[in-house]
Amino acid sequence: METLLNDFSPGLFVVSTILMLALIALMVKFAWKPILSSLNEREEGIQSALDAAEKAKREMANLQADNERLLQEARLERETMLKEARELKTKMIADAEEEAKTQANKMITQAQEAIVSEKKAAMAELKSHVAGLSLDIAEKVVRNELSNKDKQLELVESMLGEATLN
Amino acid sequence: MKIVKQSFKFLVLAVLMFLPTSILAINAGGDGGQISGKQEVEEYIVHHLKDSHDFNLFSYTDDAGERQHFGVALPVILWSSEGLVTFMSSEFHHDDNGQVIVEKDGLKFTKIHSKIYELEKGATAVEFDADHHATNASKVLDFSITKSVIGILLIGLLMLFWFSRLAKQYKKKQIPTGFGRILEPLVLYVRDEIARPNIGEKHYRKFTGYLLTVFFFIWILNLAGLTPLGFNVTGQLAVTACLAIFTLIIYTISGNKDYWMHILWMPGVPIFVKPILAVIELVGAFIIKPFSLLVRLFANISAGHIVLMSLIAIMFTLKESLGVVGATSLSFVLSFFLLLIELLVAFLQAYIFTMLSALFIGMAVAEHNHEHDHEVSSDVEDVRGDFI
Repeated sequence: METLLNDFSPGLFVVSTILMLALIALMVKFAWKPILSSLNEREEGIQSALDAAEKAKREMANLQADNERLLQEARLERETMLKEARELKTKMIADAEEEAKTQANKMITQAQEAIVSEKKAAMAELKSHVAGLSLDIAEKVVRNELSNKDKQLELVESMLGEATLN
Repeated sequence: MKIVKQSFKFLVLAVLMFLPTSILAINAGGDGGQISGKQEVEEYIVHHLKDSHDFNLFSYTDDAGERQHFGVALPVILWSSEGLVTFMSSEFHHDDNGQVIVEKDGLKFTKIHSKIYELEKGATAVEFDADHHATNASKVLDFSITKSVIGILLIGLLMLFWFSRLAKQYKKKQIPTGFGRILEPLVLYVRDEIARPNIGEKHYRKFTGYLLTVFFFIWILNLAGLTPLGFNVTGQLAVTACLAIFTLIIYTISGNKDYWMHILWMPGVPIFVKPILAVIELVGAFIIKPFSLLVRLFANISAGHIVLMSLIAIMFTLKESLGVVGATSLSFVLSFFLLLIELLVAFLQAYIFTMLSALFIGMAVAEHNHEHDHEVSSDVEDVRGDFI
């Protein structure tokens, strides 16, 4: 301890105190202040750049989500449209079928009616024709019969004979 | 070609590593002639640990048997009984035992064990008592530009040069180039690993400048102490005391209400304990803390120098039992490994000093947001716990 105290040099203490004070002041002014402020600035710059990147990433993600949503919507829409179209198609086919059927039925009925009426007309015509023919034949037969006067008289005689009986 | 270049680099590195030991070995040639005995080695080491009034690089004995010294004489500045006296240290002719008397302005000065004494009026030679203390001379206030002062100046200028250049680099570009690229992470290290966690986010900016200065100052001076220049600045009590007192002043000035409250009137303890605690806390704040700082640095660096020089001295002390080659190689190997450890210690001591300074400052500026009801746990230890 005594040697330690003996070794302690007050002069050196004073000189080193003065030098240290000067060194600290000079270092703070010319080195640490500019260095630390530049480092801070740089760190803030890096931080803000990172933040900006993060923000851009988030925006990108948002955009992507939007895109996804839009795509999803479009897909859904397409789906519904396709479904509607399919339904429409089946409905149209069904309608057409229905209509065709009714039309056909109607036509069939009409045809049937026409056939019936045609048939009737034909029948009537046929009847009248047959009647005409029958009359002609009858006429011819009658004429033929009547050409023979004896026979006619004989007949009238017979008929009269019958009538007088009555 | 590449291999040649690499092996050349390795060679340079190896030489640089061994250089301190080899040149200190030359240096160990000593002031008073060749050193061989254990007693002389011990004396030489003690002499080296002290501050020196001249910057001696090496000494040798020439053909005529004269002791020649190679180095630079430094100015001696004294505050004597009759005011300021200055002369060059070369006037002592490398004497360190009070043999050479320098007369200036009618006053007589002599140098004994690196301390300058002023002889009493009328005395012509120094008289020693049985313990080798001078009886007719007294110490003077010595403001000389000693070897340590030269060391502080050199390292201070070096730091100013390096870091102001780094500061200038930031004006032009965001990322420093060259040597600045080595310095920047060190600055960041001190700021982010020492200042910020110990002092706290809110206050650390104010103290970072001091902590950075102290860290680099101690570290570079510790490293300079391992070079052949043989500085022992951080092994000078005066220098470590100066640094410790700076820290003491800073944390005393910046201490807030809570800090003083915890020292003078500890909350949360019975009233009769408070004065006792106040005494303990005051002793802790004003004596134990600065002493722990100054003694730790001084003792570590001095011990490193003593052991390193003792290992180098193996060359002389074991010369007879191991032979010249054996003693020299043993000394080289041991001192090489010790040098590696000392490189670590140089950093570690700078780190510990800065770290503890930051911790003490942090304790002084810490803000307590918890209420002190009657909790015993809310003492300084708690604050310490918050910051470690």
